[in-house]
Amino acid sequence: MPLQPIKFYQTGTFTVGNRLLDESQRTVQANMRRTNSLNSGHRACQGCGEALGARYALDAAMQATKNRLIAANATGCLEVFSTPYPETSWQIPWMHSLFGNAASVATGIAAALKVKGKQDVRVIAQGGDGGTTDIGFACLSGMFERNDDVLYICYDNEAYMNTGVQRSSATPPAARTATTPAAGAHPGNSFGTGKNVPLIAMAHRIPFVATASVANLHDLEAKVNKAMTIHGARYIHIHVPCPLGWGSHPSDTLKVARLAVESGLFPLFEAEHGEITASLRLRKKAPVEAYLKLQRRFSHLFGEKPDRDTIAMIQAIADRNIEKFGLESP
Amino acid sequence: MKKPFAITLDPGSSLANHTGSWRTERPVYVDRLPPCNHACPAGEDIQGWLYHAEGGDYRRAWEALVKHNPFPAIMGRVCYHPCEDACNRGKLDEAVGIHAVERFLGDLAIRRGWLPGKPAGPGAKRVLVVGSGPSGLSCAYHLRLMGHGVVIVDSAKAAGGMMRYGIPKYRLPRDVLDAEISRIESMGVEFRLNSRIDDIMAAMAGFDAAFLAVGAHLARRTDIPAGDASRILDAVCLLHDMEDGPPPMLGRRVVVYGGGNTALDVARTAKRLGALESLIVYRRTKEQMPAHESELNEALQEGILFKWLSTVKAMDEGGVTVEKMVLDETGFPQPTGEFEKMEADSLVLALGQESELGLLKNVPDLEIENGTVKVNSSMMTSHPGIFAGGDMVPSDRTVTSAVGHGKKAAKNIDAWLRNETYIAPEKHEIAGFDKMNTWYYSDAPRTVQPELDIARRGSTFDEVVGGLTGKNALFEARRCLSCGNCFECDNCFGVCPDNAVIKLGPGLRFAFDYDYCKGCGLCAAECPCGAIKMVPESI
Ligand SMILES: Cc1cc2nc3c(=O)[nH]c(=O)nc-3n(C[C@H](O)[C@H](O)[C@H](O)COP(=O)(O)OP(=O)(O)OC[C@H]3O[C@@H](n4cnc5c(N)ncnc54)[C@H](O)[C@@H]3O)c2cc1C
Ligand SMILES: Cc1ncc(C[n+]2csc(CCOP(=O)(O)OP(=O)(O)O)c2C)c(N)n1
Ligand code: SF4
Ligand code: SF4
Ligand code: SF4
Ligand SMILES: [Mg+2]
Repeated sequence: MPLQPIKFYQTGTFTVGNRLLDESQRTVQANMRRTNSLNSGHRACQGCGEALGARYALDAAMQATKNRLIAANATGCLEVFSTPYPETSWQIPWMHSLFGNAASVATGIAAALKVKGKQDVRVIAQGGDGGTTDIGFACLSGMFERNDDVLYICYDNEAYMNTGVQRSSATPPAARTATTPAAGAHPGNSFGTGKNVPLIAMAHRIPFVATASVANLHDLEAKVNKAMTIHGARYIHIHVPCPLGWGSHPSDTLKVARLAVESGLFPLFEAEHGEITASLRLRKKAPVEAYLKLQRRFSHLFGEKPDRDTIAMIQAIADRNIEKFGLESP
Repeated sequence: MKKPFAITLDPGSSLANHTGSWRTERPVYVDRLPPCNHACPAGEDIQGWLYHAEGGDYRRAWEALVKHNPFPAIMGRVCYHPCEDACNRGKLDEAVGIHAVERFLGDLAIRRGWLPGKPAGPGAKRVLVVGSGPSGLSCAYHLRLMGHGVVIVDSAKAAGGMMRYGIPKYRLPRDVLDAEISRIESMGVEFRLNSRIDDIMAAMAGFDAAFLAVGAHLARRTDIPAGDASRILDAVCLLHDMEDGPPPMLGRRVVVYGGGNTALDVARTAKRLGALESLIVYRRTKEQMPAHESELNEALQEGILFKWLSTVKAMDEGGVTVEKMVLDETGFPQPTGEFEKMEADSLVLALGQESELGLLKNVPDLEIENGTVKVNSSMMTSHPGIFAGGDMVPSDRTVTSAVGHGKKAAKNIDAWLRNETYIAPEKHEIAGFDKMNTWYYSDAPRTVQPELDIARRGSTFDEVVGGLTGKNALFEARRCLSCGNCFECDNCFGVCPDNAVIKLGPGLRFAFDYDYCKGCGLCAAECPCGAIKMVPESI
C-alpha cells in the first residue's frame, strides 16, 4: 500500500501527479518520459478501462525493471484492439499465442531466459477475466503451483467482451450479459455462481497476490512495483470497467471503478504467501446503488419499480466484503 | 527482407491509425472564472495569486494581487470578504480563508519593502483626484501605473478617508494603513492634504480629467427631543476625533443607536475608552442587523450589550427613553406604545451617512439621485471628464467596492484621455461547484486566526485579530481548489486511455493530440477543477 502521509493539502496524493508534490511521490503516469507501453492508435472503445489499466500496469513494470520486460498476452480485447495485423500498439516485447495458454507461454519464456542466463529480464502474462478465470485457469493454477517466475495480470471487465459480452465466472450476480439476459423471474446472472480468483491464487500460497483498480493509480503502481521486487509466481487482479459491455458512459469509466471500490464490491487488498497483509480503507463510502445505477447491465434493477430485494442482496455482498477485508477499520 | 512463413507485410505501428476520426466531441482546455474572483468587488484574481502562494512564491503572489488592488494588508483586515461566501470549498468543508492569506501577503510585503512594478514613463496627461479614501487612492495608483500624472487633494490632515477616520485602530492598525498609502506616494503620486475643494469646475484648471471620491461623511440625523444637559454625539464625528481631536467624553454609560458596522465600532470604541456599559439600541432583530456577523460576534465577546426591537424616543439628564417595537407580517418594525427608560451618560447616533456634494454646485449637467451622484458604466458622471466612485455613487459602501470603483475608473479615464472607450474583456464562464470533481481534494479544515485576549481588548486599541504564520498561510493557500484553472495535477495526462494528452512541462500546462483523441471525455470528467470542456465536433 502506498501509505504516504499527506504532507500538503489541495489534492494530497490522490491525483496522478501535481506540480507541488515531490517527484518521488508522483506516479509513473505523471512522468513525461513514461513508456506508453500501449501506444496511441489502438482500437479500444472510447473510455476503455482495460486499455488504461494495461498502460498503467506495464508502464509501472517497465520502470521497475528498467525496461527489461517481456509480456505474453491471452486472446481478448486487449490483444485484438492492440494488434490488428500488421500494426502493433505495443512498445515492449510482446507475444500472443492462444486464448487459454498465456500463463504457460509466460512460463516458457521465463524458463528460456533462465537457460540463457538472462534473469534480469522479467516476464509478465496478461489476459482478460475469461482468459484467466475460465479457459486459462488450469494453466494459471499450474504456473502458481510451480511458483514460476511470472507476474500474471488479469484485467477484469467481468465478461467476455471481445466476442460480444458473454458471461464469465467473474461476471457479478444480476448483471445482464448476452448469455444472462434480463428476462424471467431472476433476470441477469445468477447469485451463488462464479469464483474469486485472487482468493484462489492465495490458496496456492504464492509470494504475492493483489487486487487493484484503475480508479486508484497510486495503489496500482505500488502493487506492480512490489510485485517486481519479488521472484516467483505473482498475481494482480485489476478491475477495469468496460463502457460497451457495462453500458456505462465512456467518461464515467473512472467514476464507475471508484464506486466499485468505495461501495465495497471490489475490495482492494494484498496478500503474501496466502495471508492478507493489507487492505485499503474506504475513503468515501458509497451505497451499491450509486455504482449499479451508472450501468445499463443493471438497469433492470431500477426504473418504475426498483428491484429492492436484489439490490439488497448486492448490498449484502458489499457489506460482507467491508467486514471481511476490514475496509472500514480505523 | 525475407519474411517469416505466412507473413507478407512489414510490422507497423498503430500510430498509423488516427482514432481522432471517431470523435463527436472534443476536449478543450479552458480557464473558467472562479466564483471567488467573480464575487470580489475589487476584481481581484484570487485564484491567480493563491496559485503562486500555494507554491510558496509569496513575492509573485503579492505582485499578482497588487495588479488589481494596492492594499492587501488593509483588505485582509477590513474587507467583508464576499469572495469567501462564494468560495467552492465552502460546499466541501469550509471556505478558503482568502482574507487571511491576503493579509499575510500584505504584511510580508510591508516587512520586506516590496514595491509594485515601475510606472510607465511620465505621460503628458494630468488627473485630479479629490478624496484620499480607498477609492481615490486606488484610482491614483492605477492611473500612475499607466503613466499618468496624478494629484490627490484631500481636506483632511492625513490620507486614507474612512479607513483612517472611521475604522478603529483595533481593526486596522495605522502603521499598516500608513505603509500601504506611502507606497502609492513613493510611486510619484502627489498628495495635497489639508486642502478642501469647494468648486470642482475651478479646481479642474490644469487637469485633463478628474476622479471624485469624497465619500459620505455627513451623519444622518433623527429628531430626538433632548434636555439641556444631555449629551448626543454623531458616530462619524466621534470616530474622527479618535484620530485627531480631543478624546471624546462619553461617561460611564453609553448608548449607541443604530445597527450597522459603524454602531458596533462606536460601541467597541466606547468600551475601550473606559465606559462600564456600552449598549446598542436597534429597532429590528439581531438577525436583521446589517452589521457583519464576525464583527457582531467580536462585540458580543467584548461584552457589548444589545437592546433589539427598540427605538430611541428622547434623552435627558437621567438617560434615554426607548420604545418597544414589534415586527409586522412583512418583517417591518412597528411601535407598540410601550416605553422604557434607561440610564445613559451619552447617546451616540450611528444612523448612516450622506455625501457632502457642495463641490459640485457649478457643474452644469450633473445628475444626483437619492443624495448620490449618478455615473455610467464607465464611472463617468454626466459631465464629460468628471468621473466618480466610492461611497458618493450608488454602491454597497465598502472599502472593497471603493477600491474596485477606483480601478475601473482608472481604466476608463485612461481610455477617455486617448479618446477611446475602455472595453472590458469578456468574462469567462463561472467554475461552479458542479464543474468540479471534488473526489481528488484531500480534507483540510480551515486555519483559525489567533485572536487577542478578551481582557486586553477591553482597555487597549491593540489589533484584535492576528495574522497567519508562513506555515499556516501556505497550508491555507493550498486549501484552494483552483476552481476552473489548471493547477497541473497531471490527471488528464494520466487518465487518457489513448495517450492523447501531451504534457508540455512544468508551468506550460497540457495540449490535446486530436489525431488520437477519441473524445471519450474521461479527461474532462476527472479534471478536479473543471479546466477541460467537451465541445461538439463540427462535422
Ligand atoms: C465606522 C466605519 C467603519 C467601516 N468599516 C468598514 C469595514 O470594516 N470594511 C469596509 O469594507 N468598509 C467599512 N466602512 C465603509 C468604508 O470605510 C467606506 O465605504 C469607504 O471608506 C469609502 O471610500 P471612499 O474613497 O468612497 O470615501 P472615504 O473613505 O470616505 O474618503 C473620502 C475622502 O474625501 C475627502 N473629502 C471629502 N470632501 C472633500 C472635499 N470637498 N475636498 C477635499 N477632500 C474631500 C475626505 O476627507 C476623505 O478623506 C466603514 C465605514 C465607517 C464609517
Ligand atoms: C479457444 C478459444 N475459444 C474462443 C475464442 C474466442 N474468443 C476470443 S476473445 C474471447 C473473449 C475474451 O474474454 P476475456 O478474456 O474476458 O477478455 P476481454 O475481451 O473481455 O478483455 C473469446 C471467447 C478463442 N479465441 N479461442
Ligand atoms: S477554492 Fe480557491 S479558486 Fe475556488 S472559490 Fe475558493 S478560493 Fe476561489
Ligand atoms: S481522455 Fe483522451 S481520448 Fe478521452 S477525451 Fe480526453 S484526450 Fe480524448
Ligand atoms: S486534469 Fe489537472 S492537469 Fe489536467 S487540466 Fe485539469 S487541473 Fe490541469
Ligand atoms: Mg473480460
